[in-house]
Amino acid sequence: MTAAKRSRILEREDALAFWLLFPTLALLMLFIAYPFVRGVWLSLTNSTVGEPGHFIGLANFAKIFDDSIFRTAAINTFVYTGVTTVFKLALGLWLALLLNRHFRGKSWVRAFILLPFIIPTVLSTLAWKWMFDPTFSVFNWLFWKLSIINSRINWLGDPDLAMASISLVNIWRGVPFYAISLLAGLQTISPDLHEAAAIDGANRWQRFWFVTWPLLLPVTMVVVLFSIIQTFADFQLVYVLTGGGPANATQLFATYAYQIGIGTGLLSEGAAISLAMFPALLLVVVFQLWYIRKVENR
Amino acid sequence: MIEGAKWKKWVWFYLPLGAFVFSLLFPFYWMAVTTVRPDGELYRPWNHPLYSPFWTAHPTFDHIKNLVQETLFNQWMWNTMLIAAAATLISLVCGVFAGYALARLKFRYAGLLGTAIFITYLVPQTLLFIPLADIIREYRLGDTPWALILTYPTFLIPFCTWLMMGYFKTIPKELEECARIDGAARWQAMIYIIFPIAVPGILSAGIFAFTLSWNEFIYALVFLSSPEQKTVPVGVVSELIRGDVFFWGPLMAGALIGSIPVAIVYSFFVEYYVTGMTGSVKG
Repeated sequence: MTAAKRSRILEREDALAFWLLFPTLALLMLFIAYPFVRGVWLSLTNSTVGEPGHFIGLANFAKIFDDSIFRTAAINTFVYTGVTTVFKLALGLWLALLLNRHFRGKSWVRAFILLPFIIPTVLSTLAWKWMFDPTFSVFNWLFWKLSIINSRINWLGDPDLAMASISLVNIWRGVPFYAISLLAGLQTISPDLHEAAAIDGANRWQRFWFVTWPLLLPVTMVVVLFSIIQTFADFQLVYVLTGGGPANATQLFATYAYQIGIGTGLLSEGAAISLAMFPALLLVVVFQLWYIRKVENR
Repeated sequence: MIEGAKWKKWVWFYLPLGAFVFSLLFPFYWMAVTTVRPDGELYRPWNHPLYSPFWTAHPTFDHIKNLVQETLFNQWMWNTMLIAAAATLISLVCGVFAGYALARLKFRYAGLLGTAIFITYLVPQTLLFIPLADIIREYRLGDTPWALILTYPTFLIPFCTWLMMGYFKTIPKELEECARIDGAARWQAMIYIIFPIAVPGILSAGIFAFTLSWNEFIYALVFLSSPEQKTVPVGVVSELIRGDVFFWGPLMAGALIGSIPVAIVYSFFVEYYVTGMTGSVKG
């Protein structure tokens, strides 16, 4: 093919588009679409590491739904996602509103508060694990000094507290993301609207509720849905802090899938546990697509 | 009244803001203090009379020395750097091309492809890691950097594409049309006129992609097995914790030093990073 002919082909928009999209589509097909199909297939077989296995229908799914640890993991995942999302949104919005004011050193504060979000999660979570250590915990020291406790608190070793502790770390990591994203949304709202509302006699709360909140809602929705997906599928934070323990009190879908699929080598069962996340994730994604369409068409 | 207003500002503004900043940054301070704390002080229980949480009387670099000399930490740093850089580069090339095509070109299924790429953006790594591990093993990529260089783009490309699409849409079409009238081919207008204007967008996408690669954990945990192949997050967790024994000094030193490359990249490009982050959710 001559160079002239080649560039004539690239004049056609659909040909150019094809070549521009080709590498992306090839990679995504190979490492997302294909693994997904493979995962579905795997979950319908009885494969283990090194053993291809054969088709056994929905037996894996029947098995995991019968498994009390799986049910615990499912409930934990929903609780973990629900609780942390509410706190992340409330605290993130509060922080965004604080940052939306003018004060000295604002750009520094904004840069520094994002650190929990950009520093690799595993590394910052290790610092938390050290702070939660039952024997050396700085929190224990603080509460002891404040005369709140006399004996140690076992932050990660007590089943109820462990869930609260991992949620706290997740909230800590997520708040900056919410705050900065919502701040970007707040900055698009014209101050004129606030002035107009103030002239009409709206107080601070009314101005927030009737002016800021409706205009901020589209950004909020996208941020929340995005964060729900990430939290629902969380792995590394729990893996480092508790590994799913004590007694599966912090077991999530992802940590349990890892434990069964990689830890014990029951590939097909692990794949089935992972895929059990899919319906809930799909629901969120579909809702998000629908919402974006709706906002765009308004 | 003015006095009252000042008091109110402290309660409603400075106090909560200060509390936020303190609690968001405290773990990093704790990391740093632990890194330079000698073992004798480190392993003092919380109710010990000499427990001094916020400072250390005898700062030491022993933990850092130990980390650098006794473990494969340097190797992990290089591995992570190489993998993050390569994955970012691949994702940027793919994302810029794909973003341009979806934002600017008219072709069949454009909307459908855009939606498909958006959906893959939302696929979490934990959904596919088990079948992917199988595939990686089959292609004989297991325990090599390629296992990560090729799989990281799966969550980076959709994000880069999405971000670049938004960026290209803000560049006026007239610029290309002018170039075309002056005799430039379609692809020349794209490469010589539009891409240079899009550099800030490309930078945002690149920085964000780099930090995401540095942060990735589960693929690195599952696809790599020998200690000298590991990335920083996996190496620190799997090699510095032996069963129930935690080497807290080196662990915190590793966490601190392992965060530095990301922090440096971030500090130079804060604005681009924030653009990338907010762009990634807004589209």
